[in-house]
Amino acid sequence: MDKSNESKNPVNRRGFLTGAAAGVAGLAAIPPVAMAQQAALKPEARAAIEVTGNRRPGSDFMVDVFKSLDIEYIAANPGSSFRGLQESFINYGGNKSPEWLTCCHEESSVAMAHGYAKIEGKPMLIMAHGTVGLQHASMAIYNAYCDRVPVYIVLGNILDVDYRRGNAEWVHSVQDAAAMVRDYTKWDDTPVSLGHFAESAVRAYQIAMTPPTEPVVLVADGTLQEEPAGDKNLRIPKLTANAPPQGDSNAVAEAARMLVAAENPVIVAGRVARTPHGIDLLVELAETLGARVQDQRMRMNFPTAHPLYGHPGASIATPNLSSYDVILGLEVQDFWGITHKMTGLNKFGMEAQPTTKPGAKIINISAVELNHKANYQDFGRYLEADLSITGDAEATLPELIEAVKKLITPDRRRAIAERAAKIAEANQRDRERDRELAALAWDASPISTARLSAELWAQIKNEDWSLVSNDRFVSSWPTRLWNFSKPYQYIGAQGGAGIGYQAPAAVGAALANRKHGRLTVNIQCDGDLNYAPGVLWTAAHHHIPMLSVMHNNRAYHEERMYLTLLAAKYDRDPGTSDIGTALAGPNIDYASIAKGYGWYAEGPITDPQALGGALKRAIERVQNGEPALLDVVTQPR
Amino acid sequence: MKTFLPILLLAAAALAETKPGDIDNGKRLFERDGCYQCHGHSGQGGLAGARLAQTKLPQVAFIAYVRNPSSGGMPPFRAKVLSDQDLADVYAYLKTFPEPRAAKDIPLLNQ
Repeated sequence: MDKSNESKNPVNRRGFLTGAAAGVAGLAAIPPVAMAQQAALKPEARAAIEVTGNRRPGSDFMVDVFKSLDIEYIAANPGSSFRGLQESFINYGGNKSPEWLTCCHEESSVAMAHGYAKIEGKPMLIMAHGTVGLQHASMAIYNAYCDRVPVYIVLGNILDVDYRRGNAEWVHSVQDAAAMVRDYTKWDDTPVSLGHFAESAVRAYQIAMTPPTEPVVLVADGTLQEEPAGDKNLRIPKLTANAPPQGDSNAVAEAARMLVAAENPVIVAGRVARTPHGIDLLVELAETLGARVQDQRMRMNFPTAHPLYGHPGASIATPNLSSYDVILGLEVQDFWGITHKMTGLNKFGMEAQPTTKPGAKIINISAVELNHKANYQDFGRYLEADLSITGDAEATLPELIEAVKKLITPDRRRAIAERAAKIAEANQRDRERDRELAALAWDASPISTARLSAELWAQIKNEDWSLVSNDRFVSSWPTRLWNFSKPYQYIGAQGGAGIGYQAPAAVGAALANRKHGRLTVNIQCDGDLNYAPGVLWTAAHHHIPMLSVMHNNRAYHEERMYLTLLAAKYDRDPGTSDIGTALAGPNIDYASIAKGYGWYAEGPITDPQALGGALKRAIERVQNGEPALLDVVTQPR
Repeated sequence: MKTFLPILLLAAAALAETKPGDIDNGKRLFERDGCYQCHGHSGQGGLAGARLAQTKLPQVAFIAYVRNPSSGGMPPFRAKVLSDQDLADVYAYLKTFPEPRAAKDIPLLNQ
């Protein structure tokens, strides 16, 4: 673009309107201001406003900024408030790095970015209207926030009233677009110039990626997008990655002393492994200490076949910690909740009792303390820890491991080896018992979740697979029967327990897996898929291969169990628990739904003998680049 | 155990009047009143509830447990909701499930 020409002929909307008013001022005795207003309302005058020649719009510069951040994808449902950016991404940016992904719902866009980031380790963009789009997106943003996942949210908005084109843009405009999600995002800004935009865009990326990693919001003003970039000397700041916050050295040394002196320490792993190296570090710490690892399975933290892996027990998120004298929590979710219990009566909020051994010491290492906010209560109850270290757990582990190694004497080493051997024996017994439990109801219909998991494992175990769904709703059978060892083989759950996450997060994770050639597997709960099934079309449209196996128990089953519990407790009819919870009558035909969105699909499958063959056929399709869904009618859990 | 024994005796006295369990009604109640929700349609149990199929508990102990479960997750089902005869029917239904196959005999569980 010829910048000198632009500066000589500054045709922007304000300039044009001023000129138009002056040109007609002498024709009648009408005050110039009123004349300008009338001119602005005339259709022929408005048509002329659109003349911008070959000027480079501000949105082209915005695209340059995003390209500098090495962002691969943008997920969005289209919206007029960011139409300038959309056009620039496609025609100026060549629709590459980032590439535009068509989404049917903003909740899907964000959850896709959520799943993508947990596989790829970096954010992708999502775009939405600052009003109605963000309102759709908000639950998914909350999930990502609670799950400490970076998502880069760009909102369209038109701040200046002179630039709003009719009612739709008035109802889509807002004074402070990010306000609605400020309680559950880490940072936001509303730049008022392109230079400001570049700086804030780079800063937003940096903040999102600094532990605790979280979603960020940047408002792309409609005027800045569509007005010419001008001849200012715009520059894009260099992105500098912040080193993650590390725990205080003295406190880490004290933690090491407590752990080495312990007779029976345990490590509870929450969202520890931010990077693949995090798994290696946790293995090294556990082996050095001879300590069991109770993994909450919010990330792929620890190999499930490792002899020190702690059986999930009745609940992965709340392991039994009653036999340990030192409990080390690493980025643990609800640490108070896993060290206390509420009685039946107190389930409604009265008393609590510790579940830890009397005198047990608690050490907490977490970076979440650095980003606590007041309104939403995801921080959990106050933890009375004996030692609390603010810092990213993965970044703190190397120093902790070294400190532990220095303190281990030959006597302690022998004790540690004996302890590790006992844990390994218990681990083996747990795995044997799980196999026996998996045999129960093996031939039942509806199909048991153990059978479903074992059939699936048989088909994928020799592939480079990635399970991208939470397995809690299928009694954690994959965790109990499969062998998870690689960083991309498990990515945890929603974070905020907001249902509607799974289907789009799986598509986002599959998108990240695609370039690595991995077989993406999603065990898809039926209730979740019904929130925004349009994401199935997005997967088909963008050729994202993945296998979705329905855990179709035909209900919002957790809530159904609660209703039965309460009805029985109050001596009322428990037989009414289907009302408001069951997804039956008619049964939903998920195979037909998936086919309608362009997927290969089979089902409903009710015979366990038919499952293996169906899985083989579906996986063959996935390996040929298609998404495939099997509707499997299952036991409740 | 101190509190469990009197309950067991009381329950045993009450059970003297129950008829042999009606399997069909037991199945109906097992499904209708939500037992399957935690214990599985085949009584196989899981993380949410204990295994019930082929329970080794005597009927009297089974009923006593349902009236006063020790598990924090299970509510008490009192006689107003399920009579002793209803629970005798459920018990009879649970006894109809076949013994499970051993894991060693299932190739998929020995991968």
